[in-house]
Amino acid sequence: MVNDVADQTAALNQPTGLPRLLPLVPGVPEDLRTHLARYGRPPLGDPGRLINAVEQAGLTGRGGAAFPVYRKLAIVARARGRKVIVANGAESEPASGKDGLLLRAAPNLVLDGLQLAAEAIGAGEAYLYLHPGVSPEILRALSQRAAAGLDRVSVTITEAPPRFLAGQESALVNRLGGGPAVPTFTPPRVTEAGLRGAPTLVQNVETLAHVALIARYGPRWFRALGTADEPGTMLTTVHTEHGAQIIEAEIGVPLRTLISQDTDVQAVLIGGFHGAWLPAAALGTLALSNSALNSHQAALGAGVIAALPADRCGLAEAARVVRYLAAESAGQCGPCLNGLPRMAAALAELAGRGHRKQTRADLERWAGLVTGRGACNHPDGTVRFVRSTLTVFAAEIGLHARGHCSATDRTPFLPLPDRMPLTEDDWT
Amino acid sequence: MRDTLRVNPIACTGHGVCAELLPELISLDEWGFPLVDPGPVPPALDLEARRAVAACPALALKLTRTDAPRPVRPR
Amino acid sequence: MTGTTAFWYASRATGVVALLLLTAVLVLGILVNRQGRLPGLPRFAVTSLHRNISLLAVAFITVHVLTAVLDTYVSIPLVSGVIPFASGYERLWLGLGAISFDLMLAMIITSLVRGHLNRILWRAIHLLAYLCWPVAFAHSIGSSRDLQHGWLLDLAIGCALVVAAAVLWRLASAARQLPRAARVAAILAQHGPHASRQASDRQAQERISR
Repeated sequence: MVNDVADQTAALNQPTGLPRLLPLVPGVPEDLRTHLARYGRPPLGDPGRLINAVEQAGLTGRGGAAFPVYRKLAIVARARGRKVIVANGAESEPASGKDGLLLRAAPNLVLDGLQLAAEAIGAGEAYLYLHPGVSPEILRALSQRAAAGLDRVSVTITEAPPRFLAGQESALVNRLGGGPAVPTFTPPRVTEAGLRGAPTLVQNVETLAHVALIARYGPRWFRALGTADEPGTMLTTVHTEHGAQIIEAEIGVPLRTLISQDTDVQAVLIGGFHGAWLPAAALGTLALSNSALNSHQAALGAGVIAALPADRCGLAEAARVVRYLAAESAGQCGPCLNGLPRMAAALAELAGRGHRKQTRADLERWAGLVTGRGACNHPDGTVRFVRSTLTVFAAEIGLHARGHCSATDRTPFLPLPDRMPLTEDDWT
Repeated sequence: MRDTLRVNPIACTGHGVCAELLPELISLDEWGFPLVDPGPVPPALDLEARRAVAACPALALKLTRTDAPRPVRPR
Repeated sequence: MTGTTAFWYASRATGVVALLLLTAVLVLGILVNRQGRLPGLPRFAVTSLHRNISLLAVAFITVHVLTAVLDTYVSIPLVSGVIPFASGYERLWLGLGAISFDLMLAMIITSLVRGHLNRILWRAIHLLAYLCWPVAFAHSIGSSRDLQHGWLLDLAIGCALVVAAAVLWRLASAARQLPRAARVAAILAQHGPHASRQASDRQAQERISR
């Protein structure tokens, strides 16, 4: 009964359509005043209601794993004793920029979500985990909120090293505890025993922003966009030859709506460097949803969509990516430490002119050897990327084997950092 | 309700003692790290499995309950 | 030979054997850690020998203590086997013996229940071995006239040299070992596009040791 009344009240102020997370006018800085004017105060004070609302809304994590959010909330809420919540803004995927943008453009939505979720699970400690170079917008938002008495749980900012694995759940908790940002062996999961043994809820910052809106406008509003199985909107980072753009899109829209028609595309990378390639032909038929992408062995991941122009070499791009992924191995698990660098070398050979027959067989064998044998899914994600490369660029591999290459432009397309991690300091 | 063998890949340094003691369920890959049969341990091999777990110099081999679902690893 | 003299001889003899066994245990322990092999033997032989000889050493030390207590020529209370400096006779040297025995018991008991212990904690306690052996050695030399001259002294010095060599080798090996953060870079360099094809094939079986 109470819920219905709350829903009806919320319905009076419900925004429709897009954008939901991003500002109404791009580029206009949002401060606490404009945030409150647009959304009102976060509806704290009813912790039980939030988890129900998130469950009915069907919100899944926007950090890449797409895990049902209410389940993680419920597990930690049920636990006894001290609890911790972490807003994960360490956007470790080099090709993703959505979390960074969200934190600059709408930090208060994220911080509202953090407070609401903290209250729902009973967390007494809250962290915001970010890459170095914390934007002034976040610091300003935190100080304005403190002045307004909005934050019941004080938020500590912790810096993450610029490592691909830094945002992984157990690596994050390891870093928060003062250690390096490398994964630890699970079980126990961080939701059972995380930071200093306390049940820890880790949520991507975009997920928390959605939580902040669901708390205000209700699950039915959330489901007004998206599909029945995958409701809501998501932030995507779209790369084309014209550059990179952050687009908030309704889940289920055709992929073609995100990539402008005039670009000549040979393949699309979906889901980032642990994602998969789709052939250009699939662009016309596939939608922005996991149910559509799963049929092509792909998934949304953290919303990275990179449309490889037709004049580039997909193998060269893939070889660069796998070398990066190998360099970013934590080096803790034998199979990953040994397998990924060898796979990187093999792919580099395939991307060259002519390769040994053994190389292809070696690559397949190593892919099988590393899958499922690490403490995290870094090797598995890398294998997914490698296998999709071998499938989608099969023709190009054949071309290179005979000493040719179809590319006319050698400029690297996918964004990759230059520097390899070399010392322990690089991981803390 | 039988037990399954699991390796902690962070603790494992590739001693290879487990593969010697339990060749029916554990073999070594080309780098010396264990490839463990993911199924439940057959009752006939239960004692050998426990010996292998006890013998691992790195304490990396474990026997876990089969009914506990294998945790899904989030990214 | 009276009964008491037999106890005294037994105590001295078991003491010497215990020192030899402890020397072997320490060397074998280092061998296990460095994944070394004994020629002609499977890998599990190294860990089994390390374990079994350590238990044998404890058995010998138990007899060593009991026979010393039972001998009536000097008065040594039973508890001085585990409680340091509880003996009036040779308080310091026997005290060191008790200390080393306590450390041994800590290592062995934690090893017997290591499946239930935190891995890091077990290893920290096991590192006490590097304290235990020198203390046992000091006890051996200090409390026994036997070991202070003649062939027993040579034997004791021989054990000390073996342990010193093993420890130095262990330290050198650790110094050569790459820290975690540097391992990946090393393998990438080994197998990168600049590495020769033949070198890569030869190194296919090699892995960066940990």
